[in-house]
Order: sequence, then structure tokens, then C-alpha cells
Amino acid sequence: MDQTLAWSILGISFVLAFIFALLPIAGAFFFRPRKGNLSKEASYECGLHPKSDPRIQFHVQYYLYALAFLIFSIEILYIYPWAVNFKKLGSVGVIEMFVFLSILTVGLAYAWKKGGLEWS
Amino acid sequence: MEHLEKIFLTLYTMGLALPKAILPEALYKQLETPLGALIGLTGILIFAPVTMLFLTWMERKVVARMQRRYGPNRVGKFGVLQPFADGIKMFSKEDILPRAVDPLLHTLAPVLVVVPAVLLFTVMPFGKEMLLINLNVATIFIMAISSIETIAILMAGWSSRNTYSLLSALRGAAQVVSYEIPMGFAMVTVIMMAGSMSTLDIVNAQQNHWFIATPWGLLGFLIFFISGVAEVNRAPFDVPEAESELIAGFHTEYSGMKFGLFYMAEFLGGFAISAFAVTFFFGGWMGPAFLPSWVWFMLKTYVLVFVLFWFRGTLPRFRIDHLLGFAWKYLVPMALLNIVVATIWYFVPWYIGWPVGLALILGAHQALTAARLKRLYKAYDRPRNPLQPVVVNPS
Repeated sequence: MDQTLAWSILGISFVLAFIFALLPIAGAFFFRPRKGNLSKEASYECGLHPKSDPRIQFHVQYYLYALAFLIFSIEILYIYPWAVNFKKLGSVGVIEMFVFLSILTVGLAYAWKKGGLEWS
Repeated sequence: MEHLEKIFLTLYTMGLALPKAILPEALYKQLETPLGALIGLTGILIFAPVTMLFLTWMERKVVARMQRRYGPNRVGKFGVLQPFADGIKMFSKEDILPRAVDPLLHTLAPVLVVVPAVLLFTVMPFGKEMLLINLNVATIFIMAISSIETIAILMAGWSSRNTYSLLSALRGAAQVVSYEIPMGFAMVTVIMMAGSMSTLDIVNAQQNHWFIATPWGLLGFLIFFISGVAEVNRAPFDVPEAESELIAGFHTEYSGMKFGLFYMAEFLGGFAISAFAVTFFFGGWMGPAFLPSWVWFMLKTYVLVFVLFWFRGTLPRFRIDHLLGFAWKYLVPMALLNIVVATIWYFVPWYIGWPVGLALILGAHQALTAARLKRLYKAYDRPRNPLQPVVVNPS
């Protein structure tokens, strides 16, 4: 299949999928009741009135996971082209990729050892 | 049987018959492919909600039976019309927009969560010649498009201006990005052996034997499926919507049809994960010729979907730190090892590949879990003095 065509069909699919997802919301607009009042439109807080700003501080560990993800997801993108040509590249390609993978593993082990994967 | 195999292709040609009749020859030649794609897309956009309706019914029925209940059995025979009743109910419910929320993001989030779930269906090979788009980078596309869900979840959680939603969104984002790594590594082995990233080529590479029948395929499938379950936030990895802690998670502030869309995305995602697991490891639509190829695909997928519901009926929910620890400290090392196993498998005959592969996998499993299990057993040991309280700290 021609790839330019494939991506253009994908673009059309994106637009159609967007419309597909918007339709139920737009359709329900004509049927649903509208009887809002102050307590109904308050933020949900288990029956209490919210007192402070709900946007609280959160754990720094989320950032560490995001950082680790960033590194590894880029490395996955490096591995994919090698995987496609794995059979053609032969043993040289395998050795080179294993060096790369071992660096990756050392990185993971370092993050693990340093407590980057622990919640403190 | 030949007729059943071709039923969707026949529908496709029938759909093209009308423009062929009314359009001039030259114009039709130009428009044939886009029109065909449009018909295929329409098929997918019909298939997606029907699947979702069926899956909601199936999940309720399966989980109910596992808990010795009947499940829905009032609306229609065996309650099959229950999803329609639910749909009508959601459709006619008031759409409450709390005053604190950001209206644009709040409305956009449920739409954006459904779009990737639907787009995943475009690269899914449903049967022989039943693939809408044969993308040459389909596996990267799958990873990329399924992580858009993260943004949608963050949007929903942040725009809701609710502590529960915010915490849930952060958990969801951390979980989805963490489990994407082992999922990507599990797909590497499949790409290595198929020599291509296109889903069609991957299925065709499994003509003679399915990838599940190899040590790396077995481990790869387990990693892929577990990560997939986590990726679509289903039990036991549903901490973002843990009812006992966070009300309903990132869709606490949603009601009516917007809530329905989140529900829909979850089920479509579950179906897509099962379908791609089938495509990558269970030979896709390959199967003995007495059933049409698309029936084989659906059968295999629904077996995996059943396993998904089985998880929900059986396993308790993880704690968030255990959940992320499981991804980084177990699945990622195992997935890295899986690439080594696949390489060995390619260079040696199968009677060496199997024992070596299994030994590597089991050895790594032992090395990764032994210390943790020992601590766990120790923590749960009975104390010498029965009056002394047990200190349980398995982590």
C-alpha cells in the first residue's frame, strides 16, 4: 500500500473518529434536561462543600517515572529499526545492539540502586 | 464457506457499486481508493459501538457468574438489551458542568479519549484482506496513538478541578507511561522475527507457526497482555478509578454521555489490546479453513477478552507504588531479557532454543522475585509469642 495514501486515509479517519466521538455529546444536547443549581454544580467532595483549592501538591515520584519513561521510550524507538533489519544485519548488528541493551540495563540498574524507582 | 469468508468484501464492492454507476469512468478511477477507504471506515465506526455494547453486556454477565449472581436478566432475553437501556439512560441524563471546571478541556477530554481507541481499529487486520490501512510503521503507530490517552486522562483530571480527579489523572498518566515501556519491548521481539512493523506482515509471518509457540513469544505475550491491561486501566490495574479511594477517578465530575464516552474508550481499548495480542502472538486471522478468517480472529480475540473479564472477577487491586514497581522492576528487565532470548532462538535450532530460553526466563524470574518473596514470607510468619503483634511490611 502506498504510504502517502495510507497516511491521508489515517488523517480522514482521525477527523471521522473525532466527529464520531462528538456526535453522542451533541445529540444528547437536544434531549437532556437542564436543571442546574448551585449545589449540583459544585465540585464533588463526598457531600461536603469544598473548602480549599483542589489542585493540591502531589508526589515528586511521578516526575521521576516520567523522566525514566522519556529515556526508555526514545531507546525503544532506536531499537525498532534494528528489529526490522535484525535478520539482514546478522551477528555484527546483534553484538552492537547487545552493547546498547547492556548500557540500557546498567542505566536501569543505576536508577533502581539510587532509589529512583522507590516511593519515599 | 467461501461465501462467508467473502461476506465483508462483497459488502465493500456493493458499497462501491453506487458511485461506480453514477460517476463518470475517469472520475471513478481517481476516487476509487478514497471511497473504498471511506466505506471501510464506516464499517469500523459501526463495528466499534456494537462491540462496546456487546462487551458491556458480556462483562456484566461474566463477572456476575463468577460472583454467583445472575447479572442483567430483565431487559430482553438474558438481558441482552441491557446495554441499549443503559445507552438510552445515559443519553437522556443531564450533562452537569460544574462551575469550577474548565469547560473547553472538560468537554474535549472524553472526545480525545475515544479518538485513539477508534483509530487503533484502522490498523487491525480483522481477516484476510480485511485491513483498512496497511501502515508500514503500524507498531509505532499503535504505541503512539495509545499514549494519547494519557493526555486525555490528564486533561480530564486537571480540568475537573477536583482533588480526586487530579490524583487519579496523575496515577493514570504514571501508570500508562510506565507500562508502555515493557509493551514496546515485547513488540520488539515480534518485529525482529517478522522483519516488519506492518500488522499484515506480522500475521503473514505466522503462517506456519504462531509466535506464542516459542519461549520468547510466550514471555512476550504475557508481558504485552499484562502491560496492555494496565494501559487501558482495567482491573487489577485500575488504580486511577479505584472506587474505594478516589470516587470514580478522573471521571468523577462527568455525567451523562461524556461519562459514557469514557466507558466506551475503556471497552474499545480492552478489545483493541486483545485483538493486537492475537495479531502479534496468536497468528491473527490464521486458522484451519473450516471457519472464515474473520471468525477465527474474533474467536481468539474474545477468548482474550474473556481473560480480561476473568482478571476483573479474580484479582484484587494493586497499590500504586506496587503497580509501578512491578512495571519497572519486573516487566522491563524481563522484556529486555526477552530480546536476548529471541536472538538466541533465531541463531540456534529449536531443540536448543527451548531449554536455553526457558532456563534464561525462569532464572531471571527467580532472580527478580526471590528476595521479595523471601521478605514477604518472613513478614507473614507467625510470631513465637502469640501475644506479640505481627508487623506486616511486605514492601
